Amino acid sequence: MKQIPRRVWLIGLVVALAVTILSPLASSHPDGLERVAEDQGFIGRALDPFYEIIPDYLLPGISNEAISTILAGMIGVLLVAGVVYLLARLTHARPAA
Amino acid sequence: MHIPDGFLNTATTGVAWVASAGGLGYATHRLRHEMEEGEAPLMGITAAFIFAAQMMNVTVAGGTSGHLLGAALATLLLGPWGGMVAIAAVLAVQALIFQDGGLIALGPNILNLAVVGVLVAWGVQRAVLRLMQGRAHAQSVAAFVSAWFSVMVAALFASIELGLSGASPWGLVIPAMEGVHAVIGVVEGLITVAVLAFVRAARPDLVHGIAAPLQISVEQERS
Repeated sequence: MKQIPRRVWLIGLVVALAVTILSPLASSHPDGLERVAEDQGFIGRALDPFYEIIPDYLLPGISNEAISTILAGMIGVLLVAGVVYLLARLTHARPAA
Repeated sequence: MHIPDGFLNTATTGVAWVASAGGLGYATHRLRHEMEEGEAPLMGITAAFIFAAQMMNVTVAGGTSGHLLGAALATLLLGPWGGMVAIAAVLAVQALIFQDGGLIALGPNILNLAVVGVLVAWGVQRAVLRLMQGRAHAQSVAAFVSAWFSVMVAALFASIELGLSGASPWGLVIPAMEGVHAVIGVVEGLITVAVLAFVRAARPDLVHGIAAPLQISVEQERS
């Protein structure tokens, strides 16, 4: 049994939100795959997204890039936490086949 | 290592979608039977932390960056089935809301990073813990080695898919991807060990595979 007190997972959530505050300091260099794609000339195959909601981890409409990134990150953290929590609850609630 | 749309061809993408759906379906099936009451918040928080950590790109070599994948960390905290679902959900939110990784390429990305990444991490963790049974730092060694291998094998799968799609020949893309991810994997290992140490200091019961041996030793002392 893993009964985790509310205090413990609230601390976890605060830690995750705190990490997003550091996100403006992240390296803007291309990642490993993008680097290889550039070097080997297939980066051009990439298609534009079909739509954009929060592209490039920048919340639209906010001119300060650091704040825009932090807010995008915080929205993502809360969204992921909520989605996975609900998925887990639904999975568990379903009666065994 | 999130693949954007356009890199992979239709056949490769289709096969990867089927494989990732199969992997996730099996993981969900196992979770339904094995997930413990009260584990849902831990799954949510672990996934949220991995999402945040994936935003933190660090420069690994001249002009190249990498970020945490989180497969090994998720496996240590949630077990393989919970870990797989958690990483897949992170990838889905990134693709749907943040346009990070393609929508069509979500299947291949889930296959590489969630299904393959977690299975490799899980297998390596079991092997290292068995080899180093009872020895000091076994958990940390398992965390580091499994994190490195999960990144390397995920990169290998991405390379194989890129080769199959005609983006770049295997002879070029596999060595290049493995070379850069060998370095990114070290960062993955260091972050995984650090977060594990933090969690273990605060709540050792939250780490899969450390709680069980502790319980056994307590029972042995009682008998």
